[in-house]
Amino acid sequence: MTDTTRGDVRLSGISKKYGSFQAVHPLDLTIPEGSFFALLGASGCGKTTTLRMIAGLEDPTTGTVRLGDQDVTALPPYKRPVNTVFQSYALFPHLDITENIAFGLRRRGIKSVKKQVDDMLELVQLGDHARKKPHQLSGGQQQRVAVARALINHPKVLLLDEPLGALDLKLRRQMQLELKRIQTEVGITFVHVTHDQEEAMTMADQVAVMNAGRVEQLGSPAELYENPQTTFVANFLGTSNLITAEVADSSGDSLVVKAGDAKLSLPAARTSAETRTGGKVLLGIRPEKISLVHADEAGTIAAGRNRITGRIAQSSFIGVSTQYVIDTPVCDAFEVYVQNIERDGRLTPGTEVVLHWNPEHSFGLDAAQDIDAGTEEEVTA
Amino acid sequence: MTTATDAPPLAPAPEQPPAKPRKPRGRFTPYWLLLPGLLWLVVFFALPMLYQASTSVQTGSLETGYKVTWHFQTYLDALGEYWPQFLRSVLYAGIATVLCLLLGYPLAYLIAFKAGRWRNLILILVIAPFFTSFLIRTLAWKTILADGGWVVSTLDTLRLLDVTSWLGLTEGDRVLATPLAVVCGLTYNFLPFMILPLYTSLERIDGRLHEAAGDLYARPFTAFRKVTFPLSLPGVVSGTLLTFIPASGDYVNAQLLGSTSEKMVGNVIQSQFLTVLDYPTAAALSFILMAAILLMVTFYIRRAGTEDLV
Repeated sequence: MTDTTRGDVRLSGISKKYGSFQAVHPLDLTIPEGSFFALLGASGCGKTTTLRMIAGLEDPTTGTVRLGDQDVTALPPYKRPVNTVFQSYALFPHLDITENIAFGLRRRGIKSVKKQVDDMLELVQLGDHARKKPHQLSGGQQQRVAVARALINHPKVLLLDEPLGALDLKLRRQMQLELKRIQTEVGITFVHVTHDQEEAMTMADQVAVMNAGRVEQLGSPAELYENPQTTFVANFLGTSNLITAEVADSSGDSLVVKAGDAKLSLPAARTSAETRTGGKVLLGIRPEKISLVHADEAGTIAAGRNRITGRIAQSSFIGVSTQYVIDTPVCDAFEVYVQNIERDGRLTPGTEVVLHWNPEHSFGLDAAQDIDAGTEEEVTA
Repeated sequence: MTTATDAPPLAPAPEQPPAKPRKPRGRFTPYWLLLPGLLWLVVFFALPMLYQASTSVQTGSLETGYKVTWHFQTYLDALGEYWPQFLRSVLYAGIATVLCLLLGYPLAYLIAFKAGRWRNLILILVIAPFFTSFLIRTLAWKTILADGGWVVSTLDTLRLLDVTSWLGLTEGDRVLATPLAVVCGLTYNFLPFMILPLYTSLERIDGRLHEAAGDLYARPFTAFRKVTFPLSLPGVVSGTLLTFIPASGDYVNAQLLGSTSEKMVGNVIQSQFLTVLDYPTAAALSFILMAAILLMVTFYIRRAGTEDLV
């Protein structure tokens, strides 16, 4: 592989329609060279279809796929410099591990594969299993063979279709780190499709959150988490408390909104919606950013913080933190996670409390959206 | 392992845990389930085999009765006299098997991967001939291949009969009563036995393997050669066996579609048993055929190496 084609992927106006079903709406996406990029979304959101269009396994209805400077839209999969790690691996059951890994090299007429196969086996730490058949390996080992089989071809881009979906939780964690290590070591662009938001956040540099055939938001994991721009992203990545509020003042750098009798503020820069005084906006706040005090101590709260009163409906102790569900006039199931540093024994269900947080941590969303988009109930429904 | 067994016992062996003895009920279930099949085999396979084996080493005549005299010469005589029919059986069955594979594989592939909603319909069409008797269907071929019929005259017009006659498969402008007719009959009659196992093993192949091969730079045909075909080998082996074995013992096709010069070993056995009434020779021929098939099949399975698959 001596050509200097860059390894960035550029999708322009790409879409896919099956009959009358629009699996992927026209989307533009640039995946920078050498990045670990995740396509995240619930099943049926079009992420796998997008991946398969990059691989050439699916023909796009419209749009083009470019790898570096090369337009590969019309190329069949066997002519594209990309390789795929398939969901549940698709290892060739009749070939041993060596021949599985050497498959791509042999198809390109390379005779002396031993050195490269050995290097790959070492990279994925499977040196002792060279002559075994795939079914003799465990799930995690098969997964690594699938990665080695793809990587040995030095693809411009490695596509991973839910590669960890078939593994149990512990192994999944381990393989996440492993894949990340391999990616850093080989420096190839990885495009990773997953429905597991935690997986996407731990592994990827850039995440595109997809929903119903569209990219909802694109950014680094921290950016997506701290400043989601749609209710889907706010709910799908972690948990968000969303409060419907009315804009009272939109003149300054800070937006002042009214929800019930509470006056709250949030940075205008963190508001993705059009705002004008009197309009509606959704104010979002992550559960771990909120502090909780007993109503008797409301006086100790520093000035300038957003505050809401409520009553504890549920509390569950989960070790590092305690998770509370609070009934408030503005939102009936306000979630608050409190670190278990100094536990206030009075905070039991039924207690009147005050929630308060730094206004800088709030974000604003367009109130015209479905407030429950991306929550678990909505996804499974 | 060795360390575990060599290690001196550290403490007196702990008392056996008060294991609940499993109720013996159900221990004999496997044998009960085996019984009907076993009985069937004994009555309809083992006993007849023994009877035939004893018949094959008897001498005598219908009038004086037959006695076991351990006369193995019958085997040599049978082989010496009927080896051309043996050879012909293997040859015809072999050609028919190859033809079945060539016709059946593409069809099975089509049903498994390309037929979509037509899959069940095509499968039914493959099996449909079984609703009519084997004999009737073979007789129908007599009409299809009749002298002067449209099939034969078309083949004649296309000069194809010249080719087959040059190959020694036909003679003059006839198809009936030639090797071609017998091979055609065999191919037709055993084709479903080839298609069904092929279909079953092709249908089991994960379509993603084909995609994976394409993703790893295999052109569609290479993907077939390196992935799909090797994975369908169990079907190829069972299909060829299910075709070759019955075809080499068949006598109906040679009887109805061939002439005396197309007699297969099945025809000889049939006439020895039912017309000539020379039971020892007939029994010996049966055993030779069985041994020959067993030998060929063993060799074939070894070569195909199917135990390595899956």
